[in-house]
Amino acid sequence: MSIVVSNISKSYKTVKALKNISFEVNEGELFGLIGPDGAGKTTLFRVLTTLLIADEGKATVAGYDLLKDYKTIRESVGYMPGRFSLYQDLTVEENLKFFATIFGTTIAENYDLIKDIYVQIEPFKTRRAGKLSGGMKQKLALSCALIHKPKVLFLDEPTTGVDPVSRKEFWEMIKRLQQKGITILVSTPYMDEAALCDRIALIQDGTILQIDTPEAIIKHYPKAIYNVSADNMYQLIESLKAYEHSHSVYPFGEFVHYTDKRTGFDPKQLKKYLEEKKLAGISIEITQPTIEDAFMELAI
Amino acid sequence: MKTIGFIIQKEFKQIFRNKGMLPIIFVMPMVQLLILANAATFEIKNIKFAYLDHDRTPTSRALLEKFTASTYFNVLTDYASGKQANSAMLKGDVDVVLEIPPYFEKDLMNDKHNQLGLTINAIDGATAGVESVYVSQIVQSFNKNIRTELMQVSDNLVRPIQITTIPSFWYNETLNYKTFMVPGILVLLVTMITLFLSGMNIVREKEIGTLEQINVTPILKKQFIIGKLFPFWIIGMGLLTIGLIIAKLVFDIPIVGSLALMYAYTSIYIFVVLGIGLFISNFTDTQQQAMFIAWFFMVIFILMSGLFTPIESMPEWAQAITEFNPIKYFVEVMRMVMLKGSSFTDILPQFAKTLVYAFIMNGLAVWSYKKTS
Repeated sequence: MSIVVSNISKSYKTVKALKNISFEVNEGELFGLIGPDGAGKTTLFRVLTTLLIADEGKATVAGYDLLKDYKTIRESVGYMPGRFSLYQDLTVEENLKFFATIFGTTIAENYDLIKDIYVQIEPFKTRRAGKLSGGMKQKLALSCALIHKPKVLFLDEPTTGVDPVSRKEFWEMIKRLQQKGITILVSTPYMDEAALCDRIALIQDGTILQIDTPEAIIKHYPKAIYNVSADNMYQLIESLKAYEHSHSVYPFGEFVHYTDKRTGFDPKQLKKYLEEKKLAGISIEITQPTIEDAFMELAI
Repeated sequence: MKTIGFIIQKEFKQIFRNKGMLPIIFVMPMVQLLILANAATFEIKNIKFAYLDHDRTPTSRALLEKFTASTYFNVLTDYASGKQANSAMLKGDVDVVLEIPPYFEKDLMNDKHNQLGLTINAIDGATAGVESVYVSQIVQSFNKNIRTELMQVSDNLVRPIQITTIPSFWYNETLNYKTFMVPGILVLLVTMITLFLSGMNIVREKEIGTLEQINVTPILKKQFIIGKLFPFWIIGMGLLTIGLIIAKLVFDIPIVGSLALMYAYTSIYIFVVLGIGLFISNFTDTQQQAMFIAWFFMVIFILMSGLFTPIESMPEWAQAITEFNPIKYFVEVMRMVMLKGSSFTDILPQFAKTLVYAFIMNGLAVWSYKKTS
C-alpha cells in the first residue's frame, strides 16, 4: 500500500472540511479524487503532504506515518499545489536547480525522470517562470515536483485553467510517470479526466461518496439514462422537472440527461407528455452513463 | 551547508532582479541621509522679531541694535501699539515681541534697574524655550555694557567681581548638529531597511504560495531562516559602510573610535532587527500587514531612541520602555564610538544587552516559524 488513510477528519473553525475520510492507494496506482470545488480535495492533499495536521485519524504515505515520520515523507513525496507556486522571478532552470538542491540532489541525477517533460520547456530555460504560458508553468511545476524522484506524487488540480490541448498532453505525461512506478494521487473537478485514472474516489462536502474503478462506477449506475433534447431547452428542463415520474434532470452538453423513477419506463410516454407541453423538435434516446452521471446520482 | 549557500544565492538573485526594490534599498537611504542630516537641527535661526519701543531714546535704540546685529533674529518691524503686535502674533507673522517701556533710559539711569516686556509664541514649546534663552542672553550682555557706560568713577571702587562661565563642549566642540545627527540618522536607515526587508520577505513567499512548496521539502527550519536572513545582514552592513563613507566625505564627521568595534557591534545589532522582522513575518499573512506592524514598531523605536528627544527627559515608565529599544543602544554606541572614541569596555553594557536581545528575538523567530499549519 502506498497511501493508507483511515478516518481522517479536519475542521477549520466551524467548517468541517474532511469528515472521516478513509481510502487506500496501491503501489504504482493512478488514483483520482473527483469532486466539485470546496469538496475538501485540497485540504486532504495538504494533510497528506504534512502541511496540515489532521484533527483525527491516521494515515501513512509511502509506508511512513504522517505524524511520526513527517520528515521522511517530505523527502519521498512530490507535491504540485493547485496554485502555481514557484519563484516567478527566477528562470526555469534556476527554479529547477533550486528545488534539486533543497532536496539534496542535482538535475543530472534524476534527469531521466523529468526528461520527457523538461525537453518541452528547455528552449525557454533562461526565461523567468512568471513569463511562461499556463501550460508551460504546469510542466515546470511538475518537473520541480519530480526532481527528487519521489515515490508518491500529489497533483492538486493540475489541469484547472489549462487549455484542452495542454490538458490532454498533461494526462499523457501523468500516464508515463505511472509507468515508471510512481504512485500518483491526482485531484480534478473535471469528470472526463476521471476515466483516465485506475481508481477514483468521488468526494463531496468532505465525505467520500464512492471508491471504485471508473468502469465499475459506470457499470453500477442503477438507472437507464436518456438524452433528451428539444428546441426550447429552458422550457424542456422546466417541463421535465415538473414531470411526476422524473428522478433526475440536469443539462449535459447539448442534451438534458433524464432518468425515470419507474423501472418499466417507456420513452413514448414522455414524448407525449412533452408534446402536451407544446415543445417541438423532441428527441429521446437512451445513452451510456458517464462518471458525471454517477456523481450526480450520488450527490443529489 | 550547500543548501544554505543556494538559498542565499537565490535570495540575492531575487533582490537584484526586483527593479522596484533595488533603488529603495540603496538609493533611498542615501538620499534620506543627505537630506535629513542637513535639515534636522535643533538650532533655531531666523526668528521673526518685532518690538514696541515706547521710549525711543538712544539707549532703547542701542538695545534693538543688538537684536538686529544677531544672526538669530530677523528684526521685522516695530508696532505702535500692543494690540497690533498681538494680532500679528495671532496670525503667526511674528515669533517674539519685545516691549520697551516708556522712560526706559531714564529709569535705568536713576534706579539702575528696569523691566522689559517679552512675548513669545509658544506653540512649539521647545522652540520657545530656546528663543527665550537667546533674548535673555542678548539683554544680559547689553546690560553689562550699559552698566559700564553709566557707571561713575566712584562706583568703580565698589565694583563686584564678576563670575563668568565659559562652556567647553567636549566631543563636539562647535556644537555642530551634523556631527551629532549623522551617526543617529545612519542608525535609523540601517534599521529601517533591514527591518522592512526581513519583515516582508517570508510573508511574500506566503503570499505567492512558494512557502507551501518549500514546506513540503525536507529543508530544515534553521537552514531556511539562515539562508533568508543572511542576505539582509550583508545589505545592512553594506548600508553602514556606504553611510560611513558619506558621513566622512560629505559631512566630515570625525570618526574618533575604532571602525572594527563599530562593525562588530552592528553585526550583532542587525541580527536583533532581522529577528524582529522575521517574527513579524511569521505572524502576518500579507506584506501589507507586515509593513504596518513594522512601521508601528519603527515609529516607537525612532521617537524613543533618544535621537530627537533626550531619554533623560522622558517620564520614568517611558524610560523603562526604552530599555527594550534596540535603536537606543545603537544610537548610543555609534555616538560613543564615533565621536568619543569609546573602547569595547565602555560599550560593554550596550553590547551585552544587544547580544542577549539578538538571541531572544531570533530564538522566538525560529520557534514561531512553523512548516506545518
